[in-house]
Amino acid sequence: MNILKKIMTAIRGGSRELGEAIIDSQGARIFEQEIEDAKEGLKNAKHDLTQVMAKEMQASRKIDILQKDIEKNESFINDALEKNEEALALEIAGKVSELEADKSMQVEAQRSYASHIAKLKGLMEKAERQLKDYERQLTMVKTTENVRKATATITDNFGTTNSTLLSAKESLERIKQKQQDFDDRNLAAEKLDNETNGKNLSDKMKDAGIGDKESGAQAVLARLKAKQKT
Amino acid sequence: MNIEDYAIRLSQYRTQEGYTFDCQTISGEVDVLQVEMNEFECFPVFLTKTNNQILCIVYLWSEDEIKTDKRVEMLEMMLDTSISIPLSAYARVGNRFVIYGALSVSSSLDKVVEEIVTLNENAIDVITAMEDFLK
Repeated sequence: MNILKKIMTAIRGGSRELGEAIIDSQGARIFEQEIEDAKEGLKNAKHDLTQVMAKEMQASRKIDILQKDIEKNESFINDALEKNEEALALEIAGKVSELEADKSMQVEAQRSYASHIAKLKGLMEKAERQLKDYERQLTMVKTTENVRKATATITDNFGTTNSTLLSAKESLERIKQKQQDFDDRNLAAEKLDNETNGKNLSDKMKDAGIGDKESGAQAVLARLKAKQKT
Repeated sequence: MNIEDYAIRLSQYRTQEGYTFDCQTISGEVDVLQVEMNEFECFPVFLTKTNNQILCIVYLWSEDEIKTDKRVEMLEMMLDTSISIPLSAYARVGNRFVIYGALSVSSSLDKVVEEIVTLNENAIDVITAMEDFLK
């Protein structure tokens, strides 16, 4: 099911209720059901996978144990042969042969589990891909529907508040005007700021007796003259 | 986060450039948040949420605002320029042309804010550049 193609058909037909045109409520339920099924399948596959993986680990552990057992018994056979205990050696060899049969069975089982694991992993990846695809397509339908409805909500809102969506050119004019106002205000504020700051500074300097060099020098002179007189 | 959460968090947000946001929720069949930037005279951005996306939309102009003889040229120009516009793309909803950005629902608030600010700057650039196509 190519949802985008259906969306295009619905738009061509000038459909108002896009979402419904694309998939009716029953169709949407089927679609959502498919997603649910895919998720359920994935969950089951994961469960199966963990079980098979556990069995595979058990088999490989058993193989290790059997292998060690075989090696141990083989050394016993060597010991028995060294001591010329032919009959005993043969008896142990019988046991080794049983262990080997057991081991080859486990190896066979492990191989079969491993191939089962690979198969399940493949199935899971396929289900994941399918699920992602269903969800992506459902997103397309829902987004199309949502944007339509949101636009209707916005348009209704402008209708009820007695304001209208301005035309693009009107908006641009308004924005340019407001930005100009904003810039002008900023400029004016900056100018004012400079002036007041400047005034404050010179006032402060005057108060501190800083800046007016001539009067400063005169003050020093006056002070020294006054000192000489005493 | 639902639409109300965005309204609250956006109202308290201040960008590094000092932009703040004025939010108004519009309830209807689908909840929509109208976001305006306070320090930047601009177009309202409408924010709406689906299961996996946050959509931020600015409505540009409607079909009846386009000079009929320039319509095809305008459409081609929009196709040609769409990819150059950062974070936003053009679309048409009903008979209205829009510029929009889509974000993952797991996007941080910073990303949503970045989208809103960029969308505003883009909208002004687009309308200024496309003015000649409009009545």
